Amino acid sequence: MSAKRTKKDVMVNTTDECEKKKLKCKTLVIQEHGTKYRTTFNKKFENRKHWVKPNPNNVFTFIPGTITDVCVKPGDKLRKGDKMLVLEAMKMLNSIEISRDATIKEVFVKKGDRIPKGHLIIEIE
Amino acid sequence: MPLKKKIEELKKMREAVQMGGGEKAIEKQMAMGKMTARERILSILDKDSFTEYDLFVQHVARDFDMENKVLHGDGVIIGTGTMDGDPVCIFAQDFTVAGGSLGLMHARKITKIMDHALKMRVPLIGINDSGGARIQEGVNSLAGYGEIFFRNTLSSGVIPQISVILGPCAGGAVYSPALTDFVFVVENISKMFITGPEVIKTVLGEEISMEDLGGARVHSEITGNAHFYAESEAQCFNQIKKLVSMLPRSNDSKPKLQKPKPPKSKYNIEEIVPGDPKQPYDIRDVIKALVDDSDFVEVQELWAQNMVIGFGRINGLPCGFVCNQPLVLAGVLDVDSSDKAARFIRYCDAFNIPIVTLVDLPGYLPGVDQEHAGVIRHGAKVLYAYSEATVPKLTLIIRKAYGGGYIAMGSRHLRADFVFAWPGAEVAVMGPEGAANIIFRKEISSAEDPEAMRKLKVKEYREKFANPYVAAAKGYVDSVIEPSETRKMLIHAIDVAKDKAISGPKKKHGVPPF
Repeated sequence: MSAKRTKKDVMVNTTDECEKKKLKCKTLVIQEHGTKYRTTFNKKFENRKHWVKPNPNNVFTFIPGTITDVCVKPGDKLRKGDKMLVLEAMKMLNSIEISRDATIKEVFVKKGDRIPKGHLIIEIE
Repeated sequence: MPLKKKIEELKKMREAVQMGGGEKAIEKQMAMGKMTARERILSILDKDSFTEYDLFVQHVARDFDMENKVLHGDGVIIGTGTMDGDPVCIFAQDFTVAGGSLGLMHARKITKIMDHALKMRVPLIGINDSGGARIQEGVNSLAGYGEIFFRNTLSSGVIPQISVILGPCAGGAVYSPALTDFVFVVENISKMFITGPEVIKTVLGEEISMEDLGGARVHSEITGNAHFYAESEAQCFNQIKKLVSMLPRSNDSKPKLQKPKPPKSKYNIEEIVPGDPKQPYDIRDVIKALVDDSDFVEVQELWAQNMVIGFGRINGLPCGFVCNQPLVLAGVLDVDSSDKAARFIRYCDAFNIPIVTLVDLPGYLPGVDQEHAGVIRHGAKVLYAYSEATVPKLTLIIRKAYGGGYIAMGSRHLRADFVFAWPGAEVAVMGPEGAANIIFRKEISSAEDPEAMRKLKVKEYREKFANPYVAAAKGYVDSVIEPSETRKMLIHAIDVAKDKAISGPKKKHGVPPF
């Protein structure tokens, strides 16, 4: 499985490069042995985000809603399962609990804030 | 040669083959924190019940110098045995023999035991620990995979099929587990992916570890490919035994009954659900207050946690539970939870397991990401699965049952046999806030104090419609019951429904929104 990439092996030609050469099809190396295929990309592929390892210290919202209560402040030492804040969404007061023993480093929201999904709300350490 | 000597010879041959890839390879396997294939089989089956087939099978590869290599058992152990006295068929890939790679004879051994399981109508357990296709055997190993996939599909819905991933399972090999009913994974040991980290790096330039790409946690929490997550092989084997004890041998055999036991007294059904509909609670406590000995086998515990599914006994009879979980995401139906529930409902239906649905949900989850992820198509699966199921269907509305969510969660309209509701149930087209804003828009906007008017109208709507009695008045809810009566009613309903017989229009098969 461990194939060495040579400099000649262009990974995925950038859109710019293809436009310069007036290529409609872009190159994608599919096999580890360097076999190249010319293909068109779809929008989803071109707009995809690169995977980044999630930071377990960042707490994000999992649903859009309103913060109705903030129970912690920076410096608080919490035990696993302690309530950090309450997020009202979908006719429910969802309590957001800490997933392990940790200290609150920063709180990015306050009571009454309306926040979208995937918003950084608390940093722990 | 006297027979005695021949017997001695057989014993010697057996011993040699049973060593698999030899001491060194076994040591290597242990160093990876893994048990050997044989140890795994013996730990899952009842003591002294394992009977091995095809011990002396040899591989048939004749290229690339393979003709001079001996691969004991061709890297897989197959046989029959019992679990808690019930017969099962089992195979385990042996990583110590050529990395458990799959060649023609290896695949033939697996398909032999699969055919056997289907013919004898007994469950099949497959332990996967393999580096993948045996490259030297070329298209023959691909043919082997294809034959396995075909049999998985053929057996689907006839016998329970269980896959245990105890090592790598990459490339085409992953599709056999994906076609089976339940997939078990173990922390740090199981790895499943179509293309590994190396290929991903070459093609896309993304760097990711094997564990982050397709480890046990990833498949238990993110992808939903795995159904049971364990921290050790021993824990995994206990989970398998527990699950098998709940499943019938096949789709035409009787359920495994046990002596009825009351739920444990620490689960007091009247104290679990808060009166305020905005306060969350753990639906699993309600399940435990209803099932025998409060013993609930949860399936896919870590994935799409806003839906809780699993098996529990009611008066000794195994039932499938499909429940909204108000503790997570307010219990909404979304893409993943719909998928999770729909497949489980079809599983229960295929194996004649009555379905108990516990309802407490605000509806389908709104949002661009949900819509673009295809919540229409996935949500439709729940409707399809409930409508199609012909097993006894019992529904209990605990609290909220709004909009499309109400229809989807085993409603009368999808032919639930019994629909019960607790007095706190709210069955309506939408929540009081939303409904009042729409129906009384003019009154609210033209009032002197719109906020006060809005509150008044919300209260009016709540009193009039957010209760179980409007639905009960139309017969959509059969009975409004006290929480303490619930178990008694479920036992009664299952008893009444035990000889349920219905038939739909003749067809080859439907076309569900896969």
